[in-house]
Amino acid sequence: MIAFRPNWQAIAAFLAGLASLVALPFTATMETGASLLVTVIVVGASVLSMLKLRPAVEAVILAVASHGAAWLLIGGLEDAFGTATFGYFASLAAAWLLAWRLVTVLSEMKLTSVTAQRTVSLIVPAIFGIWILILWEALTRGGGVPFVLLPPPSSIGARIVTSTNILAADFVQTVLKAVFIGYLIGTLSGFVVAVLADRFRFLAAGLLPIGNMVAALPMIGIAPIMVIWFGFDWHSKAAVVVVMTFFPMLVNTLAGLAATGHMERDLMRTYGASHWQVLGKLRLPVAMPFIFNALKINSTLALIGAIVAEFFGTPVVGMGFRISTEVGRMNLDMVWAEIALAAVVGSLFYGLLALAERIVTFWHPSYR
Amino acid sequence: MITMRDFFTGRLVPVLTILAAIVVIWYGAAVALNAPVLRDFEKRAGEQTQGMEFILKTWSQPKPTMPAPHQVAAAFWKYTVGVKLSSNRSLIYHSWVTLSATLLGFAMGTALGVVIAISIVHVPALDKSLLPWIITSQTVPILAVAPMIIVLLAAIGVTGLLPKALISTYLSFFPVAVGMVKGLRSPDILHMDLMRTYSASRSQVLWKLRIPASVPFFFASIKVAIAASLIGAIVGELPTGAVAGIGSKLLAGSYYSQTIDIFAALIAGSICAILLVTLVDITGRFVERRMGVKP
Repeated sequence: MIAFRPNWQAIAAFLAGLASLVALPFTATMETGASLLVTVIVVGASVLSMLKLRPAVEAVILAVASHGAAWLLIGGLEDAFGTATFGYFASLAAAWLLAWRLVTVLSEMKLTSVTAQRTVSLIVPAIFGIWILILWEALTRGGGVPFVLLPPPSSIGARIVTSTNILAADFVQTVLKAVFIGYLIGTLSGFVVAVLADRFRFLAAGLLPIGNMVAALPMIGIAPIMVIWFGFDWHSKAAVVVVMTFFPMLVNTLAGLAATGHMERDLMRTYGASHWQVLGKLRLPVAMPFIFNALKINSTLALIGAIVAEFFGTPVVGMGFRISTEVGRMNLDMVWAEIALAAVVGSLFYGLLALAERIVTFWHPSYR
Repeated sequence: MITMRDFFTGRLVPVLTILAAIVVIWYGAAVALNAPVLRDFEKRAGEQTQGMEFILKTWSQPKPTMPAPHQVAAAFWKYTVGVKLSSNRSLIYHSWVTLSATLLGFAMGTALGVVIAISIVHVPALDKSLLPWIITSQTVPILAVAPMIIVLLAAIGVTGLLPKALISTYLSFFPVAVGMVKGLRSPDILHMDLMRTYSASRSQVLWKLRIPASVPFFFASIKVAIAASLIGAIVGELPTGAVAGIGSKLLAGSYYSQTIDIFAALIAGSICAILLVTLVDITGRFVERRMGVKP
């Protein structure tokens, strides 16, 4: 027995699909047949989605229909910049609503196996990301948004492919030299100072409030001074990164070293452990979650510091330099290519740290 | 309970000692960093000063590599108290320009963050799809986009306060959204069940249980957000080409190598940051006390 189970996304998609019929074909170069096919796909899928189907079946239908329709719609934009009609946007909205319904169905699925749960928790955000790109592409090209305002993702992708040399040079200059070296020096010295300060209670008591205050200050402002001191090349950027990463590391390590309980420390004392033994076997392992927290905060701060410091003067290479000059020349696709690179580097950096944290602090309750 | 004596020997004395040490190191660094330039200058002028006289000279250069603390303090005093408020040289005026963008951006960012958090808590599809992206986007150096946003908005005719405020919004909504999702989910299961036995509607659960429970999380996250807002506003002033604000003072100082001016602007920015964070802290404590939290 088949029964209806209406949901608002499907109803809205159904109506939008029908509404798109008033303006056929959708773009100047899209054939009427292809336009009709899109309408049939979205209307058909929305009707199927309202039937009482098994969630897995519904999800497959919705995934094929929404992405198939989107593929046809983007294909229809060939040589049709800015000619999209009302029907185009109505059917795009219908396809997007079906994708929303798909995400809803997937999130509400009751899964028992761990692998299935993991897969869904990866697929759902992936669909969200893909639809950001689809809507961005279709709206900028279909709606005729000027290139200097917002280039479509396809031309940013093309730009990345054609200017790998420039991107690689900028990556070496900004990330491998300024960020990497500055990050190493800043975090290591923050850690060493914290361990030494912890040996003397007086130093720790004085450094912690000052460090906490400095961590809230706009430290990025020292960039012009560092450029005056260390010159235009990467050394000044690394210096900015050192200053920006030092204090979060100092404060977090001090807090982590203070996180051991009395019982554990008393136990170590009954073993007759020396200060350094207690530090290495008890207090540093306990401080690890705090230290990794600082490492993660610093990974973002280091990239920001190096890129912004380049706004104050650089040799003619580097991600921050490229962004500020290409904005001035209205080469927005190059700017977005650099931003994509920065995003990938930032996420990878963070991801690697999160992975290392999992391995080092495997004992922590949040991973057990 | 901390007694006054504990406060002095355990807190104030160490902090003041370290601050004094920083000032001493600063004066030493000023000598070390300014000495080469000064020696060079004296060699060309054909004079030679020694000992204390030379050290004093390194502390009173007009364009030092490293200004001495008293030079910065004097410049700060001159540009805050010594000039009229409406003057283009007044740091109070520039701080106000930056602060107004910070506060506007912070208000918009906080509102946006709270709205996102409430929708994430109520719509499971958004929880699964949007939250991972919000967390990922925190790993992206967002300030890299700042000059582009400013230039783009200027191209379509939006200038002045709003573009800078938008960068602040961008930086400040992440901590609020993430913190509030945690806060709105913090009521324990017993309380949620109790609300269900009252047959409370979703909006009643939100207003009477979730939002009160999220208040400590809210203040913890807006403390991060307001510091981020200030950084966003300062960086947002860089590409505008030194019109007004602390960021433009930094840029102008770096064009003309006016280290004293840069340091004075940095002090102004730091005072703004401390004021903002303290204000949030005091408000948070006041609200929590009014809501019945025992200190």
